Amino acid sequence: MRRLSAALLLGALAAGCASAGAGPTQSPPPSPVPTQSASAPRAASADTTSADRAQYPSTYQRHPNPPVLIRNATIMTATGQEIAGGSILFRDGRIVAVGTTVEAPADAVVVDGTGKWVTPGIIDSHSHLGVYAAPATDAESDGNEATNPVTAEVWAEHSVWPQDPQIPLAIAGGVTTIEVLPGSANLIGGRSAILKLIPARTVQEMKFPGARYGLKMACGENPKRVYRTRGPSTRMGNMAGYRAAFIQGEQYRRRWDKWNKDHQGDPPQRDLGLESLAEVLRGNIFVQNHCYRADEMVQMIDLAHEFGFKIRSFHHAVEAYKIADILAREGTAVSIWADWWGFKEEAMDGIHENAALVQQAGGRPVIHSDSESGIQRLNQEAAKAMYYGRRAGIQVTRDQALRWFTANPAWVLGLDSIVGTLEPGKMADVVLWSGDPLSVYARALQVYNDGWLVYDRNDPAHQPKTDFSIGRQP
Amino acid sequence: MIAFLLAQTIAITGGTVYPVSGPKIDNATVLIQGGRIAAVGTNVAVPAGATRIDATGKWVTPGLIDGGGQMGLTEIGAVQGTNEAVLRGSDVAAAFNVTEGINPASALIPVTRIEGVTTALAVPFGGLITGQAVLIDLDGATIEAMLIKSPVGMVVNLSEDSKGAGGGSRAGVAARLRQIFNDAREYGRRRADYTRAQMQPLAAPAADLEALQPVLRGELPVFAIANRRSDLETALRIAKEYKLQLILAGAAEGWQIAGQIAAAAVPVLVVPLDNIPSYDQLGIRYENAALLAAAGVKVVLLETDTHNSRNLRQQAGNAVAYGMTWEQALRAVTLSPAEVFGVAGRYGSLETGKVANVVVWTGDPFEFSTGVEHVFIRGREIPLRSRQTELLERYRTLPPKY
Repeated sequence: MRRLSAALLLGALAAGCASAGAGPTQSPPPSPVPTQSASAPRAASADTTSADRAQYPSTYQRHPNPPVLIRNATIMTATGQEIAGGSILFRDGRIVAVGTTVEAPADAVVVDGTGKWVTPGIIDSHSHLGVYAAPATDAESDGNEATNPVTAEVWAEHSVWPQDPQIPLAIAGGVTTIEVLPGSANLIGGRSAILKLIPARTVQEMKFPGARYGLKMACGENPKRVYRTRGPSTRMGNMAGYRAAFIQGEQYRRRWDKWNKDHQGDPPQRDLGLESLAEVLRGNIFVQNHCYRADEMVQMIDLAHEFGFKIRSFHHAVEAYKIADILAREGTAVSIWADWWGFKEEAMDGIHENAALVQQAGGRPVIHSDSESGIQRLNQEAAKAMYYGRRAGIQVTRDQALRWFTANPAWVLGLDSIVGTLEPGKMADVVLWSGDPLSVYARALQVYNDGWLVYDRNDPAHQPKTDFSIGRQP
Repeated sequence: MIAFLLAQTIAITGGTVYPVSGPKIDNATVLIQGGRIAAVGTNVAVPAGATRIDATGKWVTPGLIDGGGQMGLTEIGAVQGTNEAVLRGSDVAAAFNVTEGINPASALIPVTRIEGVTTALAVPFGGLITGQAVLIDLDGATIEAMLIKSPVGMVVNLSEDSKGAGGGSRAGVAARLRQIFNDAREYGRRRADYTRAQMQPLAAPAADLEALQPVLRGELPVFAIANRRSDLETALRIAKEYKLQLILAGAAEGWQIAGQIAAAAVPVLVVPLDNIPSYDQLGIRYENAALLAAAGVKVVLLETDTHNSRNLRQQAGNAVAYGMTWEQALRAVTLSPAEVFGVAGRYGSLETGKVANVVVWTGDPFEFSTGVEHVFIRGREIPLRSRQTELLERYRTLPPKY
């Protein structure tokens, strides 16, 4: 959907990117009772494969800020509660208390939430911010390493441009954490980056500490179109391509696991691509799988079974509702749009009730954006999907709809014990809304990321701009 | 049968009616007869035999009009065989009228109309002079049955997308456009010479120069796509030079010269939910529609994703969130587009004599919580079915019954 306005009246040949994901998981039902302490994210997936050297570590540091008490707001916790006249206190990046009787510490900044709403920070499980940065020139097109159908060796973080002017726009939409994925040109497109959405000089400063990588995989039309002349050029060719890659990945994993155990002889030759696949097979990297059609998703589930991994989330999944029972049984989430459809054949069967039907079947819907525009209003897209579901007679609660863009994507990223709900101990990713966030008229007024006021609609001092945007406009 | 349908009388009673042409009327009746609005008000006598629609607690508005897409001209974005909006091989396609590309059987039409959009502009794209846009109602078995007005306007692209037609320079685009207009004017004066091959070669084929005659007479508006402030000013300048009837489309940086646009009495078509900067539109912002409207510009709101033309109401709601008044936004998706597209005598408001495109909503049309209860197009009640509702029914319980 890039450059709609330039394409105004030019026809929206919606880009409808693709991304995908799968990943290992135990797939417990969305637990409304999380949590431990937030700032010590559970250790995730350093590369155990090979090197005992640092692998592009996060240099994220919490921004120092005073404690904040938002009082007398309607607080939607994403744990089943909607607290009228509620207060929330956070300090040192951690939520301290949520309820109707929260004392204001003497040093707290007190924010009057009268008539306003509070939700967890929004999490987008599918973004290309930074890798497809504005102004969308070729020079900023860094999302698809479309030179080989399998590029498990590339890492999205090595493409992310922190000065992408789209980042502040997404922050103003209440987004606090994103998964940046490679594009969908390739069968296996590379590793995702899990980022705190904050102004920063380097991507390392944005990397969510301890977050596992995702591995982007893509089904269907995109890879077979991109590689038409050299292959794969068919869906069966796509499947053969994944299988060949994972066979190599298995071998690599075995070789390294053995060496890591016995240290006999020289270590095996490192291979970055196979390392990513081996980490998937070990359960350390989550597969995020772009896949539209129901039948193809089930093919991918078979692939995952063949190699013993789990697909963490299908992405786009416009036909998820056709196999909602299977997806629920597999414990695979679906990261979907409220209403995109029609931009290509595999997207023809999208319906508004997709999320609601997946929810009803016991699955885990996520409203994702895959769009620099849509990421600014994931709350609206979830609201749309909720109300369409309800009008079709499908029970969806406001809390469930809220979870579609908070707790559920947190789970897709493996961060549900740290972010995604408003509970004591969780990271203070908090959005203050001008009104009901499920209304078209609501706007984010304040966005706190790990307790840091990264955006305030009424205070220009808290409206970050990237280098790109300064000094250009009157 | 047809006579019966035309004669059908429908009374929508008890609703809160937003005629758009005037203030809202509580507990009012909208009477539809013969495909037209026969009466609107609180003291409307409902004829015996009329079909009654109880709209108590509901909101009644004119059908929404979307000017942003290719309704009827596209089915599947990526499948070329289903797309009709581009005339390839020529960047000057003034004679290209999209009407016969329209597919009345398009699956997009039911998907769109059951969400309250009843009328759409079918807009060509590509090139410098893109072609002629036409207006259709989203009901009818044939092109003729759907067509409201053809042409509505001549689409001209002055954004960075058309630079190829000007040798890679905006100045080249402007110069070429002037040359085409000059030649069209010359052609109009000297058709006889042209026929006798006594003219220098012209900047475009005769059919295109012919198609530009009503443009140069100021009878057929020009939809000028432009986003950068300087391009908007170029559009205003050229329109003044040639006395064109100008409509600006896109106009991302329009808010920067809102006063100038208002002074020129030029209407603007805007996509509210667009704020992604590019070198063509570094100044783009959500408040554009509101700032233009506040300056007195006639604003029309658009949804440009044809498949989601139904999201026009979300666009309008966001225009309100970013500063338009609710009344301005409703007008910007009903009466204002009707005026700008030259059909306000028949469309865009709930007034006696107008075509009965009417929507009954459960509440505020811009809100997600609101659903559509009834849609009338030319007085015919539209079944609330589409390919998508049928998919829903098929897969509502799994496994489906094939």
